[in-house]
Amino acid sequence: MREPMANANPVVLPLDQVVKSVAEERVSVASNWKLVWWRFRKHHLALFSAGVLILFYLVVLVPDFFATYDPEATDAKLSFIPIQGIHLLDGARISPWAPAIVGKRNAVTLKMEWQVDATKQVPLHLFVRGYPYKVLGIFETDIHLFGSGSQDADAKVFLLGTDRLGRDQWSRLMYGTRTSMTVGLVAVALSVVLGVVLGGVSGYFGGWLDLIIQRLIELLQSLPTIPIWLAMTAALPQDWRPDQVFLAITIILALVGWTTLGREVRGRFLSLREEDFVLAAELAGCSRWRIITRHMVPAFMSHIIATSTLAIPVMIINETSLSFLGLGIRPPAISWGVLLQEAQNLQTIALAPWLLIPGLFVILAVLAFNIVGDGLRDAADPYGH
Amino acid sequence: MLRFILQRLLLLPLLLFVFSVVVFLLVQAPPGDFLTSYLATLASSGSSVDQAQVDALTKQFGLDQPFHVQYIRWMEGLGRGDLGLSLEYQRPNMELIGERLLLTVLLALFAFVFTWVIAIPAGIYSATHQNSILDYVFTLLNYIGVATPNFMLALILMWVAFSSFGVSVTGLFSREYEQAPWSLARFIDLLQHIWLPMIILGIAGTARLMRVMRANLLDELNKPYVVAARARGLSEWRLVLKYPVRLAINPLVSTIGWYLPQLFSGSLIVATVMNLPNIGPMLLRALVQQDMYLAGSILLIYCFLTIIGTLISDILLAWLDPRIRMENA
Amino acid sequence: MNHATPLLSVHNLQVQFFMDEGIVQAVDGVSFDVFPRQVFGIVGESGCGKSVTMKAILQILEPPGRIVKGEILLNRNGSTIDLAKLNPNGKEMRDIRGAQIALIPQEPMSSFSPVHTVGDQIIEAIRLHQPVHARAARQIALEMFRDVGIPMPEQRLDEYAWQLSGGLRQRAMIAMALSCHPRLLIADEPTTAIDVTTQAQILRLLRKLQEEHHTAIIFITHDLGVIAQMADYVQVMYLGLVMEEGPVDAIFHAPKHPYTQALLRSIPSVHSTPRVNLPTISGSIPHPFNRPSGCPFHPRCPQFIAGKCDKHIPPLRSVGGVQAAACVLYHDVEVPR
Repeated sequence: MREPMANANPVVLPLDQVVKSVAEERVSVASNWKLVWWRFRKHHLALFSAGVLILFYLVVLVPDFFATYDPEATDAKLSFIPIQGIHLLDGARISPWAPAIVGKRNAVTLKMEWQVDATKQVPLHLFVRGYPYKVLGIFETDIHLFGSGSQDADAKVFLLGTDRLGRDQWSRLMYGTRTSMTVGLVAVALSVVLGVVLGGVSGYFGGWLDLIIQRLIELLQSLPTIPIWLAMTAALPQDWRPDQVFLAITIILALVGWTTLGREVRGRFLSLREEDFVLAAELAGCSRWRIITRHMVPAFMSHIIATSTLAIPVMIINETSLSFLGLGIRPPAISWGVLLQEAQNLQTIALAPWLLIPGLFVILAVLAFNIVGDGLRDAADPYGH
Repeated sequence: MLRFILQRLLLLPLLLFVFSVVVFLLVQAPPGDFLTSYLATLASSGSSVDQAQVDALTKQFGLDQPFHVQYIRWMEGLGRGDLGLSLEYQRPNMELIGERLLLTVLLALFAFVFTWVIAIPAGIYSATHQNSILDYVFTLLNYIGVATPNFMLALILMWVAFSSFGVSVTGLFSREYEQAPWSLARFIDLLQHIWLPMIILGIAGTARLMRVMRANLLDELNKPYVVAARARGLSEWRLVLKYPVRLAINPLVSTIGWYLPQLFSGSLIVATVMNLPNIGPMLLRALVQQDMYLAGSILLIYCFLTIIGTLISDILLAWLDPRIRMENA
Repeated sequence: MNHATPLLSVHNLQVQFFMDEGIVQAVDGVSFDVFPRQVFGIVGESGCGKSVTMKAILQILEPPGRIVKGEILLNRNGSTIDLAKLNPNGKEMRDIRGAQIALIPQEPMSSFSPVHTVGDQIIEAIRLHQPVHARAARQIALEMFRDVGIPMPEQRLDEYAWQLSGGLRQRAMIAMALSCHPRLLIADEPTTAIDVTTQAQILRLLRKLQEEHHTAIIFITHDLGVIAQMADYVQVMYLGLVMEEGPVDAIFHAPKHPYTQALLRSIPSVHSTPRVNLPTISGSIPHPFNRPSGCPFHPRCPQFIAGKCDKHIPPLRSVGGVQAAACVLYHDVEVPR
């Protein structure tokens, strides 16, 4: 506690005054968004997670580019192929390759058993030609990020193995990523719109409107979410197209999810309404609409963005859970939950544990969203906790 | 205080009424009814359909009646404490739900206790040893705990148990106790099985609670009353446990209001994966089969449990915090 | 009185805060003696280190703050112990806190736990330091409540701090602080959070109790008026350094240090010329990371001497017999520090 200091009169950290005054001036004229960004930037883990999310959304934009095979292509002969493993070096040269796999039918169980044959190398290349697809629905191409570039059965590389029907899990995961990451984003966007509009109306106008909306929120919040979700999704007609189901699921998730946000927005509106700058705007003759859109909403926008970022992972988990139970996104549409449905019973998992890999994607995405959300919240509201 | 609880209790029937309408609307919403899907199954298996039998079933369950008549029939039954007959099993719903409901509540309570017993001490440790190695470990585990959907955790643990020990950790009972009447031996058997679902169900909540506890306690530790207590010579541990921990826990009590209901309905997914005899898997099947009275009853039970959970937290909060208690006196 | 042995004697106390951004020297070599029955005042603006000094004496500095140098000698029954050498959480230090040295905190409202009754917390303090049962402790607490003039003490004991008025709360705090008959009371801005009329009552009460209980008081405040009313001896602090010290009359009637002079000029007085702006001290308190070189007050000092004030920290030296000031105006510094 009282170890003697080397210097009896320690120098107090000197700060370069010139640099400081410039920095201070920069801070005082920066917009709120810049300030948030500067604070966020200091949070390295959050910055890294934001990078992970950007990668995910790149996949969302062009899943086919990252996929190696047609995710729908089935081949019963190629079922349950395990992960082959990629080798980056060929001798000392950087030249990625995967060992070929050889299947042999077990004479007793009559099941295919796959062996890695390291003597045969399947080289992997960047930007290879594969199945044709459309980029963003606009132009057609057949270039994929990587692959063996060969349609030969011996030269196929299943990065993450295959499922029961011999479909390439990696390619299916790319498609699942698109669905699941979109559902989360769209559902939250819908909740935000609902929450901001209803919460804002409730908080700004008050009176009987506030009363009704408050009771509605309370009612919705005392409903058991998961069972109600299940009942709602079970009510969707069986003959709906995948895109209709997708939309419906998103709306269902949002309908139950907006209440927390609505409450928060209402609270903010109530406290902001008493602020001096709102009074000042009123005295300056601003219209109500202008006060709301130009003065009040920007004051809590950064906070809403942080809160929504934290709501997305919840939606992703919910979608995954619903689809996993068979009541969410339905095959032939592919989502992480749909993929995990393949791993529903113990026998399958024991036989093909790699079918659990979509779950790791869920965890990774949720982790990244949570970390980014926390970072944003701290950056948006440095005085809160 | 008493008036406040009475108020909530008086509101209970009204809420249940609203929920019953919502629930009935939901289970009625799918096109067709139980008979159409039942007949379709029969037809696809090649069995002949006796029109007279179909008519009898239709009449018995009032499936040809308009919505409000069906609803009133259901409500009349509920008023007598009768949840109606299951269309699929042709048995009273009460009988089907009975023990499963008990096990649902039991599992949720176990998970709840697990959550608090783990999260509170760990949160206190993290806050009082801020930036220590264990604090970082806890924080990391928290993030992972929140990020893992509980069915995923169930799958992974089941796989690990199966591939390394060769045991299949499903169900809540060993085979010989599954249908047996309650006895001490059966209860012990239950305890031997319930711990894994308990951990799986409780882990996300534990992570969340630990995080909130840590943050709350960190706030409280800097409050002047802590300095004042320290200045009168209280030892650090007694001080932390008596004052800031108490104040940090108070707001957590209000989380019981949403956590208990979340456990009740969250067990639905875990129960389906792990094949637990809960009301969850039964609801799932009833929904798919359009066994509407059974599905409606289970949904209403979930609603009831949710309201009860909220009520418990309100009462606890008022009881623990004199500021709220006095306000409502 | 000055010939008696001091009750508490602080020598060259240095407290530093080890932050991520660097080290903050919160208290930089403060020394003083507090004698029995003396009211020792410490004045300064916020951030001058007066509260940190108080926490250092009680050894309740929160991390990252640490005593890095100096002695805090407490005279107990003829023998002295150095509090700075004790383990802050050890039994010995805890027995001194509350029993030998008690604290009257700044905010009586938030210094009581809102979920425990006032009585609960006072009885706890009594039972920590006196071997009495709960019922006897309650009797002592009741006595104390009567002593500090709380009406209906029986009922107040079972109330929560937020149910009491500001004045009653501070009276309850004083009752708690005095309940174990400490020989030294540290009052950290005890009247800042209270309205002015109650303030006067509380100050009178403190004076009265101090005489009855023969306690010494270290009275910390930024309010010069309060100090003039309460203290026997005054120390003026600025950015962790003592600027000037002396008997209260000398400080108020013949301030020597430009900082003390500036502080006194900025107090409104009945003798000041009407309709003239009160003089203020120019500039603001520098950021602790950005402490000026030399005398910390030199950027704001009206009598600043370039090449001297910004180069050396002048030591505290006796001026005019009774008081001492740290300023080159009185002692030209030869030795650069």
